[in-house]
Amino acid sequence: MPHDVLSQMPRPTRFGSNDGQPPTRRDGELKVTGRAVYAADNHPDRMLYAVIAASRIARGRVVALDVAAAKAHPGVVEVLTPDNRPALAHDPNEKIPPFGFRIEVLQDDTVRYPGQPIALVVAETLEAATEGAALLDPRYETLPARTSRDDGERFAPQAVGVGSPPRTSYGDVEAGLAEAARVVEADYVTPAQYHNAMEPHAVVAEWDGDRLTLDMPNQALALSAASYAAYFGVPPGNVTIRSPFLGGGFGSKAILNGPQVLAIMAARMLDRPVKLVLTRAQMYGPVGHRGQTWQSLRLGMDGDGRLTALHHRSLSATSTFDDFLEPAANASLPLYASPAILAEHEGLRLDTGTPGPMRAPGEASGSAALEVAIDEAAEACGMDPLAFRLLNYAETEPGNGKPFSSKALRACYEDGARRFGWADRPLEPRRMRDETGFLVGWGMGTAVFPCPHFPAEARATLRADGTALVETAGADMGQGAWTALAQIAAESLGLDLDQVEFHSGLSTLPNGGVAGGSAHTASAGSAIDGAGRNAIARLAEIATADPASPLFGAGNIGVEARGGRLVRRDDESRSERYADILARAGQSAVVGFAKAERDPSTASGYAMYSHGAVFAEVKIDPSLGQMRVTRLVGAFAAGRIINPRLARSQYLGGMIWGVSFALHEEAVTDARTGRIMNADLAEYRVPVNADVPAVDAILVPEEDPVVNVLGVKGVGEIGITGTAGAIANAVWHATGVRPRRFPIRIEDLIGHLR
Amino acid sequence: MNRFDYLRPTSVADAVALAAEPGSAYLAAGTNLVDLMKIGVSRPARLIDIGRLPGLDRIDWLPDGGVRIGALVRNSDLAYDARFAATFPAVAEALLSGASAQLRNAATVGGNLLQRTRCAYFQDTASACNRRHPGSGCDALQGENRLHAVFGWSERCIATHPSDFCVPLAALDAVVEVEGRAGRREIPLDIFHRLPGDAPERETELDGADLIVALRIPGASAAFSRNARYLKLRERTSYAFALVSAAAALDLDGGTIRGARITLGGVAARPWRARAAEDALAGRPADERSFAEAAGIALADARPSGDNAFKIELARRLVARALALALAGTPAVMPALPASPFAAAAGADHAA
Amino acid sequence: MSLSVSLTVNGRLRTIILDDPRVTLLDLLRERLALTGAKKGCDRGQCGACTVLVDGRRVNACLALAVSLDGSEITTIEGLADGDDLHPVQAAFIACDGMQCGYCTPGQIMSAVGLIAEGRAGNDPERVRELMSGNICRCAAYQGITEAVIEAGRALAERTAPSERTERSLA
Repeated sequence: MPHDVLSQMPRPTRFGSNDGQPPTRRDGELKVTGRAVYAADNHPDRMLYAVIAASRIARGRVVALDVAAAKAHPGVVEVLTPDNRPALAHDPNEKIPPFGFRIEVLQDDTVRYPGQPIALVVAETLEAATEGAALLDPRYETLPARTSRDDGERFAPQAVGVGSPPRTSYGDVEAGLAEAARVVEADYVTPAQYHNAMEPHAVVAEWDGDRLTLDMPNQALALSAASYAAYFGVPPGNVTIRSPFLGGGFGSKAILNGPQVLAIMAARMLDRPVKLVLTRAQMYGPVGHRGQTWQSLRLGMDGDGRLTALHHRSLSATSTFDDFLEPAANASLPLYASPAILAEHEGLRLDTGTPGPMRAPGEASGSAALEVAIDEAAEACGMDPLAFRLLNYAETEPGNGKPFSSKALRACYEDGARRFGWADRPLEPRRMRDETGFLVGWGMGTAVFPCPHFPAEARATLRADGTALVETAGADMGQGAWTALAQIAAESLGLDLDQVEFHSGLSTLPNGGVAGGSAHTASAGSAIDGAGRNAIARLAEIATADPASPLFGAGNIGVEARGGRLVRRDDESRSERYADILARAGQSAVVGFAKAERDPSTASGYAMYSHGAVFAEVKIDPSLGQMRVTRLVGAFAAGRIINPRLARSQYLGGMIWGVSFALHEEAVTDARTGRIMNADLAEYRVPVNADVPAVDAILVPEEDPVVNVLGVKGVGEIGITGTAGAIANAVWHATGVRPRRFPIRIEDLIGHLR
Repeated sequence: MNRFDYLRPTSVADAVALAAEPGSAYLAAGTNLVDLMKIGVSRPARLIDIGRLPGLDRIDWLPDGGVRIGALVRNSDLAYDARFAATFPAVAEALLSGASAQLRNAATVGGNLLQRTRCAYFQDTASACNRRHPGSGCDALQGENRLHAVFGWSERCIATHPSDFCVPLAALDAVVEVEGRAGRREIPLDIFHRLPGDAPERETELDGADLIVALRIPGASAAFSRNARYLKLRERTSYAFALVSAAAALDLDGGTIRGARITLGGVAARPWRARAAEDALAGRPADERSFAEAAGIALADARPSGDNAFKIELARRLVARALALALAGTPAVMPALPASPFAAAAGADHAA
Repeated sequence: MSLSVSLTVNGRLRTIILDDPRVTLLDLLRERLALTGAKKGCDRGQCGACTVLVDGRRVNACLALAVSLDGSEITTIEGLADGDDLHPVQAAFIACDGMQCGYCTPGQIMSAVGLIAEGRAGNDPERVRELMSGNICRCAAYQGITEAVIEAGRALAERTAPSERTERSLA
């Protein structure tokens, strides 16, 4: 198999504009007709239904399950408990690197959090399995639940997030604070949040001998296939995951969880296909969440408003048995030019399911606190919040002085402020009212998100008819990968989009990496681009070596791929159709392949981030405190945009997540039992359509010659950063009340209203 | 969900007879009951499907100008009935502020009265709840209770009734018509739901087999049609239960209040009619001062049942605001955001 | 106890023998009739992903027991397009990018079809937003959804003859 390492190749020709082309979603028709097949839509012959029984206690032991009652229910086939569940080939208490977590798969009768699977009921119908699980009527030996900052164990973490440093320090923060003319210190609290993708986690598992086929939504196909293979003791190649559509993921479907493993186990045990779909309530436990944080910020400013020190500390909650700490304090590292920055984390162990990466892990919660603190600092200095941010603009990455691969943040500030009308903002709070007397406030925040890169591979096949098949095991959870990646493929192959067949969402295809870290388009896209160019190069070799081709002998001069033809670089009139080249060579196809990785020297030499600026208007009832975000303008620079229509949708979605962070979502835990008391979609409130009357995203042009071969950065997560803080700052501007707890509630305000 | 027998009687009398057997429950649209069965809160042995019973889906106007609403009339059909919405606008506004369009299309008037509390401890079968399981205790008392009752609660139960619809109904002297084994009787809506006292499991004045067949709003209540509002505070703009809500209606004689109606929602196990405040407004000038005083009277006896003292102040302000909105007049067109404080906010295009 | 239920699903009369009265309309469609377009997001009437039309009205299929709908006419997302021709609401959702992951989309579209038939929103985006609030989209494609509903409403109004339109609005 030919193999290109792209970073060693010259940069390709850019086709199309920097703003890309805006075709609609290629899978749009499937989605609007109900023909898009999600995991739970599958129904193989002889399929059984599995339903999880979940723990209602936070800590202790299951001492009794009425398995007999469950089995006596008509239709129930089997009940898996620690007593009868088959062994696994890999210890579930041991993590599988790089992203594995410790999982709960009935390995014993211990309960470590509410919602932990304690049995699996399998039945002929969904109704029977559901009732069978209810009839288990578990009895527990209950230990006191550790649910708060006061009763959880504190610890110094080895890492936060996925392998990020728990403590980073530049300069002397204490000295910076000591010399500051003004110091702002404040504490902020962010709640536990749950991904709540509209599609609950689901799997249809089917064994054929020791070969396993899984229909499941999955953000990391190759890694997951290898992990499932490890748990079940079969070669990785024996596991096929089909994930043509994900009904949202937001990080929760990149991680392998216990329930799916149990369903696979049941399918093997019973030798029948098994479908498991978590209930909405069961989404609040074994499938990750954004952990709570308690953050403290200290900012020092000199007489002009320049930062002298920035200290961001986060106490981040995790489970008692595994570590994923919301890396909130690290949000303060890349953004503002302070000569001294200290970002540090402490861990807190609670009797909860293990948190995990949730859309902008760390950046979201850290940015929410940081951007409010920045607003407080601007207020302390008597400065406009935008002027304050511009004064403290980081020209190079703070602390290490690395150049940014690109940073059009100034343009974001400028374009966003102009579209929003920021210049008319009074400095003082409580100065604006609308015609009906509602308090009006304007706030802003800076958005930032790093640009990681996951190794990815792709294959491009130019076929005899001149069309192409492009393949990579990627994931489209709504970001539009099926469209944007196909666009990249078409461009690299010199074909129109409709001439490219794009296959993805299947683990047996070349490893497309992980759809996470807002890096999928960049990572899988770079591989696709390389594969396409590799295929074209091979086609060019055939043509230029063929005396019958008009391109014969053009090897040194080179050819370009355009409109389904190879064109001699120095002579437009000499060109040939792909189909003709292949036909004459008697080949049915030519195959290109590439693997894209980030060049280590790029990684070490540059700071690479997407940037943005978010401006929010809130209106607040002057006595009742009811809030509404009436206007939201975000301006984002994320390198080259492949498809502006879809990128815009990503920004808007992210910004509405910011609305949710600021005003709505929060898991409410009973401190005595550890149970989440709003584990649904009625009381765990995410925004509805009426919550977001006017959201606008500006795509700020930006060229990035460094970040990757395509110049593509990430757009999926940045929208939430900056937004939560902008809204909180707007609430302050409307009311004079400084929110320091998320979500902001009516009762936080009404004491200050009349 | 447990297995159950499914029965579909063809007359009210048959339904009542069938329901006499213990373990029976009436099923109408099921928007609340089926949900409660899914989460194990309700496990009836027999469902008596009354959804097709003849004659219960009509809106009839009465000689006194009042209206009789069949128990199976769907929430949306009632809210969008032009004459109804013009005569009892606060009721229509309350209906349209509740749940979602889909749920309003299915949910029935009778079922709305019988929806169960949204108290998380009632819904969580692992928690102690005297309402669900008499004598087991009330985990809400020391639990997450910022949304709980500030009126009429007891140490046995601090849950609230979640209906929006019932709030203006109580204000407008609606009456519930009930068919039981002993025949037909009537129960005023504002006492239809029982306060918890020592027996929170007895949620309404209905007995075992009683079936709600209709609601009546008396013609006299139409006097408020020009000055009636429902106002609801929520933690998102739509598709949320009330934090606190209020129905306010004024019968004006020039600038003087001839009569007033005030009922609070989300504050007690029943819609909380504030009769003393209503009485205090009679004969008074319709102005902010009167409204503020009335609001103070309305909340005078409120007391927090937990971490919810803010609701009392919020409710006080809400009553004053609802009265002010009522004074401003019933909107000619239903607001785009029914019952929302943002219903009148500028900046959005409200023209339909 | 076996129950016989007659439903007209997407124009086709089907008589279904149910061995279990617990089956909801949603589970009937998805697990027993192979109509998986309607989605289960919460199974409790809290998200709208399961929205279908019952006798022309949008409802949550997850909260309706199938047996109780005997004799009803059900329209699901699969029954919306006319052969290869997309329904105007479907076309508008694509054009306005009123979706991301697509999971809530069938419910959004059926809800939009119901909303337009109800005739209560007109071209007022605020009314559309309010009346589409029973359909949660966690990806938050709300702006595109609102635009799509308005655009489709316009397209349908143009398609409908004036006399028919009057009847529709009075219905």
